[in-house]
Amino acid sequence: MAIANVLLVDDEVPFVETMTKRLNKRDLQVSTAFSGLEALEKLDKESRVEVVILDVKMPGMDGIETLREIKRKHPLVEVVMLTGHATVETAIEGMRLGAYDYLMKPCDMDVLISKVGGAASRRREQETKIVEARIKEITMRRA
Amino acid sequence: MAEKNTIGSSYYGSLKRNMVLVVIMVSITPMILVSGLILYLYQNTYRDKTYAHLAELVTKHKQNIDFFLKERLDDIRFLTRTFTFEELGEDSFLQDRLFTFQEEFGPVFVDLGVINERGIQVAYSGPFKLGRALYSEADWFKKAMSREYYISDVFLGLRGQPHFIVAVKENWKGQSWILRATIDFVAFNTLVENIRIGKTGFAFIVNKDGEFQTKPLFDVAASKNIYLDLLRLDKGGDTDVHIVERYDTMGRKNILVADSLKGGDWLLVCQQNYSDAFADLERALRWTILINVLGGLAILTMAFILSGRIVKRIAKTDQEKNKMDEQIVETGKLASIGELAAGIAHEINNPVAIMVEEAGWIGDLLEEEDLKESSNLDEFKRALNQIRTQGKRCKDITYKLLSFARKTDPREQDVQLNELLEELIALSAQRAKYGNITIKTDFQENLPAVMVSQSEMQQVFLNLINNSIDAMEKRGGEIVVRSRLQGNEVVVEVTDNGPGIARANLGRIFDPFFTTKPVGKGTGLGLSICFGIVKKYGGEIEVRSVPEVETTFSVKIPLTKGKPERTGAQRAGSEH
Repeated sequence: MAIANVLLVDDEVPFVETMTKRLNKRDLQVSTAFSGLEALEKLDKESRVEVVILDVKMPGMDGIETLREIKRKHPLVEVVMLTGHATVETAIEGMRLGAYDYLMKPCDMDVLISKVGGAASRRREQETKIVEARIKEITMRRA
Repeated sequence: MAEKNTIGSSYYGSLKRNMVLVVIMVSITPMILVSGLILYLYQNTYRDKTYAHLAELVTKHKQNIDFFLKERLDDIRFLTRTFTFEELGEDSFLQDRLFTFQEEFGPVFVDLGVINERGIQVAYSGPFKLGRALYSEADWFKKAMSREYYISDVFLGLRGQPHFIVAVKENWKGQSWILRATIDFVAFNTLVENIRIGKTGFAFIVNKDGEFQTKPLFDVAASKNIYLDLLRLDKGGDTDVHIVERYDTMGRKNILVADSLKGGDWLLVCQQNYSDAFADLERALRWTILINVLGGLAILTMAFILSGRIVKRIAKTDQEKNKMDEQIVETGKLASIGELAAGIAHEINNPVAIMVEEAGWIGDLLEEEDLKESSNLDEFKRALNQIRTQGKRCKDITYKLLSFARKTDPREQDVQLNELLEELIALSAQRAKYGNITIKTDFQENLPAVMVSQSEMQQVFLNLINNSIDAMEKRGGEIVVRSRLQGNEVVVEVTDNGPGIARANLGRIFDPFFTTKPVGKGTGLGLSICFGIVKKYGGEIEVRSVPEVETTFSVKIPLTKGKPERTGAQRAGSEH
């Protein structure tokens, strides 16, 4: 099983392509999107995505807006913000909206992998909790 | 502009000069005009008054003298009317009449004489031996015979003394005869001599030829022509008083007042020195000049003092204005550079991220088995590392640019600067130790908290301490961090004894991108960021440096936050 199923969102095509290759090489399942809207479409289609690596600064729908929409539609999906202009305000805003963590571009690959791994674990934990709760609910009904 | 800053500069010199001139013009001109006008009017009035007084005096004395001459004439006419030629022709009778006259009028009559038609003095009474004297050829006799009465000019005559005679012609038995009396010159002279005006004024009488008929009290050095001129002016009327101003041969200006006597034969002249007659006027003139000079001096002094003070104040205001302008320019510079920095940071960061990512990918690929065999593997790895290192350097630069362009933490809170400084010094201690640098503190206890952003203050003081360490890293030294409350401000000073800052660089030290560090060591943004932060809190940051002795950065943060200065950093930050 892959470490995580990741959706990489950034408007910089070369960056996305290279990053995809590098993440694949580290056993991550990567799908890509080049804008916020595209990312939301992909999420609607592919329910397997666990973690979204999301660039903050994008033309059109920016990272913060996209994050807000993702959390609204897919609350279980974890988001790691990736920003070329790290600021405390953006980070705070992102964390407040439910982002797992943030990283500054250019980022160290090992740090990214560890953050994504952490995010994926949390996602799985939450899924497990939900499944357990449902089982409990069904059991109680039957009883 | 720089020249304008000093009070001694030519700009303020000419400003002061112009102010002094204007003040003097508007003050002294009216003073002189008013004084001059008053003096002119006073002078005219005084002159008219003086001339009127002199004219009145001369008229009065002329009447006196005329009256005296007429009286003497009447005296002897009384004799000719009362007594006959035969009676008066006797010496003893004549002697009695003379005595009577002398008893009556004093020594006015010197002698009496009766002269017949042929000019022989038939009777004589007097102190001289003039009995039987022959006057047929005498000028006065001829004139006396041709009219009813005659008063002669002063002459020496047979007796050789100055005198004049009064003669009356009568007829007796178809023959004319004359009774004449000699008038005492001294008595007559006294009449005129007693006329005195002021200190230098006196009177005398001249005849038609300009000869003196009385002895002038003082030497009259005037030319005879002056009196002849006056005689020509005179028409012989009773009220024709002539006033002229003439210079005498000594160069003195005199006033001559003249009126005719004896039916136009003589001229009574009053002469007074001009400066004596107008002594009061000259005194008034002197006082006016003195008051004007003193007033002028007072105005001059005040003009200098006041202009000096005003110009000093203007210079001070200009200096403050220039300082403010410089600050505005500095802030403006920071604003534009902040906007530029933010733009550059955004644009540079993404390509750098891609480059670093690509380098990472190459690194990943190099891990593959077949490439590991390559003989240049180590060289590839070194090159990749270099790309990563330089990429990180780019990231650091863009990060600094961004933190210059925006606030790193906008939240303001009560910050104890002493605590903050302690933390920073602890952070820097290790680095300082390697550089053989000691950091000492001198904090004022119980310093009040200031309302600032913690991270911004950290940035400011860390920058200053790091700069000091950088400057002394090679040969060691000492850094002293001081804090104190000064009025309404907390002052923090970071002092080191490193090489210091060259005088030429002091003015540019807070400019963005200005650095004296080697290439790659400094971005030149540190102090510029500090400047922006400190200004934002209404504070001040200053530097004093004596190269090789001591360099002090002094940061003042007000306790009550003053009006924040909207720096470029803030504006740039608010746009993102």
